[in-house]
Amino acid sequence: MQSAKVLSARFGAIKPDSVEEYVAAGGYEGLKKAVGMQPEDIIEEIKKANLFGRGGAAYPTGIKWEQAYAIKKGPKYMVCNADEGEPGTFKDKHILAEDPLELIEGMTIGAFIMGSNEGYIYIRGEYAAIQRTVKSAIENAKKAGYLGENILGTGLDFDIKVISGAGAYVCGENTALVESIEGKTGRPRQKPPYIKNCGLYMMPTILNNVETYSCIPWIVKEGGDSFSSMGTEFSGGTKLMCLSGNVANRGVYEVPFGTTLRELIYDMGGGIPDGRKLKFVHLGGSSGACFPESLLDTAICYNTLKKSGLSLGSGAVLVVDDSHCAVDYAKIVMEFFEEESCGKCTPCREGNQRLVELLERLTTGKGTLDDIERLKSLSQTMKTTSFCGLGQSAPTAVITLLKYFEEEFKAHAAGQCENGKCNMHGKGAE
Amino acid sequence: MEMINIKIDGLDVSVPKSATILQAARQLQIEIPTLCYMKGLNEVGSCRICVVEVEGWRGLHPACVTKVSEGLSVKTSSSTVRESRKNILELIMANHDRECLSCPRNQNCELQKLCNEMGVEAVPYEKRADRGTIDKSSYIVRDPGKCVLCGRCAAVCSDIQNVGVINYAHRGAHTSVTTPYGDSLSEHSCINCGQCIKICPVGALQERDDTGKVWNAVEDNELHVVVQTAPAVRVALGEEFGMQPGTDVEGKMVTALKRLGFDRVFDTNFSADLTIMEEGTELLNRLNNGGRLPLITSCSPGWIKFCEHNYHDFIDNLSSCKSPQQMFGAVAKSYYAHKAGIDAKKVFVVSVMPCTAKKFEADREELKVDGLRDVDAVITTRELAKMIKQSGIQFAELPDSGFDSLMGVSTGAGAIFGNTGGVMEAALRTVADLLTAKDLNDIEYTSVRGMEGIREANVVINGMDLRVAVVNGTANASKLLDKIRSGEAAYHFIEVMACPGGCVNGGGQPIIMDKSAAEEVKRMRIEGIYGIDRDRELRKSHKNPEIKEMYEEYMDNPGSHKAHQLLHTHYVKR
Repeated sequence: MQSAKVLSARFGAIKPDSVEEYVAAGGYEGLKKAVGMQPEDIIEEIKKANLFGRGGAAYPTGIKWEQAYAIKKGPKYMVCNADEGEPGTFKDKHILAEDPLELIEGMTIGAFIMGSNEGYIYIRGEYAAIQRTVKSAIENAKKAGYLGENILGTGLDFDIKVISGAGAYVCGENTALVESIEGKTGRPRQKPPYIKNCGLYMMPTILNNVETYSCIPWIVKEGGDSFSSMGTEFSGGTKLMCLSGNVANRGVYEVPFGTTLRELIYDMGGGIPDGRKLKFVHLGGSSGACFPESLLDTAICYNTLKKSGLSLGSGAVLVVDDSHCAVDYAKIVMEFFEEESCGKCTPCREGNQRLVELLERLTTGKGTLDDIERLKSLSQTMKTTSFCGLGQSAPTAVITLLKYFEEEFKAHAAGQCENGKCNMHGKGAE
Repeated sequence: MEMINIKIDGLDVSVPKSATILQAARQLQIEIPTLCYMKGLNEVGSCRICVVEVEGWRGLHPACVTKVSEGLSVKTSSSTVRESRKNILELIMANHDRECLSCPRNQNCELQKLCNEMGVEAVPYEKRADRGTIDKSSYIVRDPGKCVLCGRCAAVCSDIQNVGVINYAHRGAHTSVTTPYGDSLSEHSCINCGQCIKICPVGALQERDDTGKVWNAVEDNELHVVVQTAPAVRVALGEEFGMQPGTDVEGKMVTALKRLGFDRVFDTNFSADLTIMEEGTELLNRLNNGGRLPLITSCSPGWIKFCEHNYHDFIDNLSSCKSPQQMFGAVAKSYYAHKAGIDAKKVFVVSVMPCTAKKFEADREELKVDGLRDVDAVITTRELAKMIKQSGIQFAELPDSGFDSLMGVSTGAGAIFGNTGGVMEAALRTVADLLTAKDLNDIEYTSVRGMEGIREANVVINGMDLRVAVVNGTANASKLLDKIRSGEAAYHFIEVMACPGGCVNGGGQPIIMDKSAAEEVKRMRIEGIYGIDRDRELRKSHKNPEIKEMYEEYMDNPGSHKAHQLLHTHYVKR
């Protein structure tokens, strides 16, 4: 296992909003190089880098930018998704708080390619203090000539505004996010048309996650091949992983793709404390899959994970030890989605409530085997018929927990919770 | 047009490139169920009932908003699709007040029909979302417990009517369709047009039920109860009894009303003729004496309230004439009471209207004469059908009867008040005769007929060039008035009806279950009304003998002092 520092190299080493310190630590070299290149050549480097969208959807960034570049109408907007609402995810927070200029530089390179004059960073409302840091970094970049009018003498005018989210998880969904920036209720739009054609104010919009943009300066500076070579054949570069739950050393780790989950949890994270055993890992946030110890040797790589039916999502790794009950855990996850559904489509608005209801029956000793069948059928319907990614992925935890821990669900239907987490008419809990 | 070849349920079909899967399937007579979808109005893909399988695509896709592409292969009723639809319906049902047996929309409910078709047998959930309680404080009754959150009412209210008084609020499980701050609709700019009722798939929106009030009056021996029927009721009432839209059931309707126990059955078509006498006179006065132009019609109470809320600067353009409903009430309690020798206080006036806003209009403070309300109770076409059903009257089998005399004779001009463009055409027929002092034969002003939202025409009468416009739907009224404000357009005379298509498509008319047939039903009702006009011997309001008699005996001339006391009103800024 190697330590790699693409994104976190300056974390804690510089004053976050200081352009001077950022430049002294190698910052803005990417932009300086980029303005001497042809836009097509920069995009080519990004394509070579094998960079995939870090927000969770894992769309190849080079292709996305190539498509957006080819769109002839304008104005084009650069938008950054810093809503970071996925539970167990706190990686963007570190970039925003400790090295926001890395993100700003990435967006500016994008603006140079696209000829965009306006950028928006949509930061979740809970990150109020961080919003101030980012705003200050933007101001400082403007004073130093890295933002604003005629950037580095290129003739490019580009400004960035910070927009605060208001607490809705769904605004992490790209179309709901742009609706929110426009001042509307954060609800997803029908796709197509896609964001790249009709995004903010129905204009072409380049929308990426904080971490994705933040990879761009390094890629331009060091070359796409160098970035790519750090990862696996399929997934280039490094990934910020958020380790939380029943693990000794929680926190954000930057690891090269190819690192296994076992290495992350045991070697870097120090393993499971209190003599407990690992029960399952919840990967990629609440909308991700739960899987048992047997899959821990899977490498962190979009392709490898996909082969095991998993998705890296945002990079959240929530470790759950054997003191927990799978059914109770599923209920807690679903309560989050019940609250965070935007309410637009039936399967998500109503389905999340009902998954909670069915799980509540099981955790209180009122559930039946029919309820378990209904959980499966309803989860599947939500996954296949919901309007946006929220509803489609909301039942993932239920689906995967049922896959790996069906016996435990059945035991609940029979009135037993072996972990004693559920109060089954007094049984178990006492 | 570029055509695309696709396969649906194994059948090949060639459709325009712009078509959706839903439209393509309809071309093959495959009916994909929908709930939130309303063509051209609410294409949001949110209810997910219409999901289908597309070969090679992940997940299921809403047929209503998914465009076709070359080579697509679609399955519209695979087991996955059927299970998904059933699951989704169960979800909707779980938060729906399932009071089907006592619901006004029982057997006329899109959700009920879907559940039947998809085999929803039981609802396996218990918890209930709190979407609010029934609000009966306004003319439109909202029952959020029955709301399925399809958003159709919000779309019609915002986009067709430009009122926007109901919309989504809150998020997730707490989502509801509601008014600003959950207030009564009466506290806001609701125009009571009832288009939301007509578009609601379930019983979440209803008119205030006034049948009880009418039954009580009819059974009260102290009262002399007279009823009037609006022009558009007779071409739609039959639909409630299985008859074709547009069928003229005037004779059966009169028989039914007599059997229900009304003391006299009169016709709003009569007072529509009366309206033309007054409004035609007003138009000529304004034209000849430099009065405020354009003159804008005032028959539609939804439109009036819309103008009072949103276009204060046009209030003086509104005709001071009361609507035919109110004119009828005023003369029923004066002229008729006088002639019949009945104490006006004992006369109870009931209106049968295609309209929910007429209930509001009847309650307006201005619409009283000598402290007596012109109209005491208003029921919709739907409510009349309900009363007929409650009485066990076999409507379709009824013989015909005629209206009672004194206020029962009407002309074709009165009849066409039910259609968009009808008031304009009726007025032109009379104004043209008055200006030329002739009995003109050329009376069909086809240039003001039609279904388009805004229609303009130039009419030359006796050398005078009249620029007129006809508008239906208040969003269209907004567009036209905005153009007048900005100086882009100018007219002498404008007819506005709040409902698309006019009164034939009013908020009180029978619910059209199959929304894809709504335009055709509207067209048939319009045609039914023009048929009545064509068949009338008298087709000009000023030829109505009962109208002539009334002026001679009671009110001198149109526009007289007495006429103003009884037949004219004023408006308020809201």
